[in-house]
Amino acid sequence: MTDLSRRRVLRTFGASVALAALLTTSTSFAQDRTSVRIGYAISKTGPNSGGAGITTLPNYQLWVKEVNDAGGLELPDGKKLPIEVVEYDDRSSAEEVVRSVERLASQDKVDFILPPWGTGFNLAVAPLFDRFGYPQLAVSAVTDKAPEFVKRWKKSFWMLGGGHDYTDALAGLLTKAAEGGHFNKKIAMISVADGFGIDLVSAARPSFQKAGFEVVYDVTYPAGTTDFTPMINEAMASGADAFVAFSYPPETFAITQQSQVARFNPKIMYLGVGTGFPVYGKNNGENAEGVMSLGGVDPKSEANAAYRKKHEEVTGKAPDLWGSVVTYNSLQMLQQAIKRRGLDREAVADELSSGTFQTVLGEVKLEDNQLRKLWFGGQWQGGNFVAVAPVDREGAVPAILPKPAWK
Amino acid sequence: MLTTLIAGLVLGGTYALVAMGLTIQYGIARTMNLAYGETIVAAAFGAYLLHNSLGLSPILGLALLAPAGFVFSWLVYDVLMRPLVRRSKGGPALEIDTILATFGLLFVIQGVMLVGFGGNYISYSYMNFGVSILGATVAANRLLALVLALALGGALYLALTRTRWGTALRAVSVAPQSAALVGIDADRAARFGFALGGALAACGGVVISMYQTFTASSGVIFTMKALIVVIMGGVGNLAGALSAGLILGLVETFVASYISPGLTLAAVYLIFLVILLWRPTGLFGKARR
Repeated sequence: MTDLSRRRVLRTFGASVALAALLTTSTSFAQDRTSVRIGYAISKTGPNSGGAGITTLPNYQLWVKEVNDAGGLELPDGKKLPIEVVEYDDRSSAEEVVRSVERLASQDKVDFILPPWGTGFNLAVAPLFDRFGYPQLAVSAVTDKAPEFVKRWKKSFWMLGGGHDYTDALAGLLTKAAEGGHFNKKIAMISVADGFGIDLVSAARPSFQKAGFEVVYDVTYPAGTTDFTPMINEAMASGADAFVAFSYPPETFAITQQSQVARFNPKIMYLGVGTGFPVYGKNNGENAEGVMSLGGVDPKSEANAAYRKKHEEVTGKAPDLWGSVVTYNSLQMLQQAIKRRGLDREAVADELSSGTFQTVLGEVKLEDNQLRKLWFGGQWQGGNFVAVAPVDREGAVPAILPKPAWK
Repeated sequence: MLTTLIAGLVLGGTYALVAMGLTIQYGIARTMNLAYGETIVAAAFGAYLLHNSLGLSPILGLALLAPAGFVFSWLVYDVLMRPLVRRSKGGPALEIDTILATFGLLFVIQGVMLVGFGGNYISYSYMNFGVSILGATVAANRLLALVLALALGGALYLALTRTRWGTALRAVSVAPQSAALVGIDADRAARFGFALGGALAACGGVVISMYQTFTASSGVIFTMKALIVVIMGGVGNLAGALSAGLILGLVETFVASYISPGLTLAAVYLIFLVILLWRPTGLFGKARR
């Protein structure tokens, strides 16, 4: 460092002045900015694209289109700025989603980042959202650890509850069924040996035990299993009145079809992800009647009906009956928070955490950064997947018991 | 016991049906087609479209899509494979080159399907009713897969072993250079074999679409399963593919019924390893050169 000549010092000084000037001009650019940049990485290809393509991506597209058609995102001063989208395909790879989010934050410097699809992916990017100071509105993530995560990552929000919420709600439904004489307190349960199945089944065992039920058949199967005949036969032979499967969509469809073939008619049938897809009702028609699953929507909500209609108009397909409306709700919350507090991410996160919002779900207020007022169980009734659990929540429709036999 | 046996055979029928085309493509045209699963999924999409928009039954769809698969694979061979075959001059480079080329093709087909249909789960049901066989109830659509596998496999096996045309194909498969010496157009035979494999893949896709949920990106699963069956049965051997498929189905069903459904995958690969240790060229494979 001995050759620190005056010229060199001057040059460095000059460069820093120029840089500082550049910085100030860029902030003044920011003041008369012409758009709000919103970025996201989503699984458009790969094994996760099926789930992301129904619950998450269409809602992002619908929301952006709606906001831009209305002139843009409204800021506190009443000015409206259109949304400019930066989209990446994470190709269903956890490394790729992390890389893309990092890129969105450090290179694209977007104003807000919308979360990816899936529990694992949301957990994978949570430290990044936290490090770069972006609020994370994690919707398609079911986790019992949300209270812990909220402490670790202050700007993270968890909107779809935890495994035990769903299994407790199911236990509540089953208790009611037992009171009505439709349930012999014996359960046959299968689950996929993967994220969702493991989470749910490990929450279900204590929930069922607490409620005094006996799980007489309890096995896991590898993801991608296509033939469920052996498991259905075993469940049939077990004498249980309730059949529970924590399954992924292709498996849910297969179990439904193969139960019909085997004439397997348990009094209560509860299946996993995919049951709440509109295509499930369409493909199974009358046979969908009585099948239960996670999620559900309030059939009397007009806001929800309007949302479903618009979703179909804009994206060309119907939303699912579990996470879709919650995803849309999270975007409305973000929109309202920006309207109240501007584009400062710190302030928006604060508003999301403490504010009250009017969304498609009605009046929404988060508790400890989590959305707790949710429907945890639904049932196909007359072509609608209606909310039946928690049984004690206002607006819950009584479940049809026992499930009608396959036609 | 009998129920499990029948369920296993029916599941195995699906595996065999899926694998037969690949074994022909690999055996006769000596091209390792990694885009094979994509052909299956494309046919499944075709059947779905015909069923849902035109109301055409998948059985009729089969009559349309099998020739379509034939033509498609014929063109693929003409455009993509032929230059590679010429360049390799029958050497070992051909297998590696075709693996790379079809790996690219995999993404092209997948990309086209993603653009056309999106990444959503697709399923419809057809012939989803039970058929009673010896007291066991099996799904009619799965039974159809087994019957089709047996019929196609049997017919092709007879054609390959009993006809002059089949003998020529087998000659090309055994010794592509020498086949030319006895007046066989090896290039034409290989192209025909590849196209035939494509037609079989399309048949598999149509039947599978009746009972299995698929997405634009699920082709690789089919390729993997088919590859296991092909290697287990002996490359290029139809009887091998048929029996290996049935064995896999039986193993999966028995393990799921009597041990644990969680161990089906492990059991499949265990059987795969045992068979390869016992017969490195597969069940029906013959040592080459």
